[in-house]
Amino acid sequence: MAVREGLLALLDEGPRYGYQLKTEFEAATGGVWPLNVGQVYTTLDRLERDGLVEVRGGAEGAQSQKTYAITTDGVAALGAWWEAVPSDDPPPRDELMLKVLMAIERGDDHALKVVTNQRTVLLSLLQAKRRERRVMSDDSFASKLVTDALILRAEADLRWLDSCEEQLQTRLRAGGTTRPTRKADR
Amino acid sequence: MTAHTLPAPNHAAVEFFDVVKRYGSGSTEVRALNGVSLRIEPGEFVAIMGPSGCGKSTLLHLAGGMEDPSAGRVYVAGRDVADMDVTDRAALRRREVGYVFQRLNLLASLTALENVSLPLELEGVGVRQARAEAREALAAVGLDHHLDRFPDDFSGGQQQRIAIARSIVGRRGVLLADEPTGSLDTATSDAVIELLAELPVRHGTAVVLVTHEPRFASWADRVVFLRDGRVVDDTARTVARSGLGAVS
Repeated sequence: MAVREGLLALLDEGPRYGYQLKTEFEAATGGVWPLNVGQVYTTLDRLERDGLVEVRGGAEGAQSQKTYAITTDGVAALGAWWEAVPSDDPPPRDELMLKVLMAIERGDDHALKVVTNQRTVLLSLLQAKRRERRVMSDDSFASKLVTDALILRAEADLRWLDSCEEQLQTRLRAGGTTRPTRKADR
Repeated sequence: MTAHTLPAPNHAAVEFFDVVKRYGSGSTEVRALNGVSLRIEPGEFVAIMGPSGCGKSTLLHLAGGMEDPSAGRVYVAGRDVADMDVTDRAALRRREVGYVFQRLNLLASLTALENVSLPLELEGVGVRQARAEAREALAAVGLDHHLDRFPDDFSGGQQQRIAIARSIVGRRGVLLADEPTGSLDTATSDAVIELLAELPVRHGTAVVLVTHEPRFASWADRVVFLRDGRVVDDTARTVARSGLGAVS
């Protein structure tokens, strides 16, 4: 989770209260990434522990009155984050992929059914997102970009399912695969 | 009782009843469609998806009366295509059903306006009337300037708009589109699909779009998936199945 870096990015614009960070973070992420205030303070505590933020003013008072500021180390850590390229971590494991791979374990016919069903549901969701996107107002820039990302990801998943279908069909036409032995078959 | 039968007022734009389409015979027989039942309402935008060879294009040919089913029935605008003679079918293609293909087939020596009015003029509609209807169709696709120019003077996207105008001129009820954005860039393709999506809403045209692009299919009210000549799924069913609720 990149909440740490998100908070640092906001603090890079100037010192802020914890609650202010919560609302600004949520606005910047188009409302798809809600944070609870406790999570914000826990993260801030860790950032303070690591020397990336410091408390200015209200240090003795209630947490909600504390102002947090980014340190020089924090600026450096943030700079490194902007520059870092996404790595293979976490590995590409998502539920859709697992579902299809497991379905293939049970047999290509079953896999084809699963692919068909998943694709139809995904396309229905894509239709809904597309409609949502068409009526979005100009002031919800972040929400638009988030919706665009969801649309493009759904499109990518659909293309992948199409590719699975073509390859499964080719394999089935060529005589299919021998169904792998599973415990249930023994 | 009336002496002649009129189509029921609530007839579908296109309806398939257990349609089979075979090509070849014996060991070389191929079933392009293998028991397809499908009802497309007036004003509905339906996308047809499926792997190559699944029967998508065959389905469009049958819906337009360009081919006959080997078994089953195809109704267009409430009439059984099998009952139509050659003249009826020509009239069906000119008055009821329009096509848009990847290749535009605009005539380079005719102006935009003439390209669009041509189908009506061939039908025997007077030039003045045909041109008026052509202007209306061009306006429906967002073109109302430079109609006296030739196709080559327009961009690829505009040419596709002209082709769409030609396929809906004369207020045809059904538009069949086979990968209509094949040769266009992404932004132009989006604009063409958006236009197709508006036709059902604004003009009550039933639009049937064959595409392999989920991006374009998702503009449709409904997506039907074909495989090996059969309907394997339909988003209209998914809505009921998954409880996603009405998405219109």
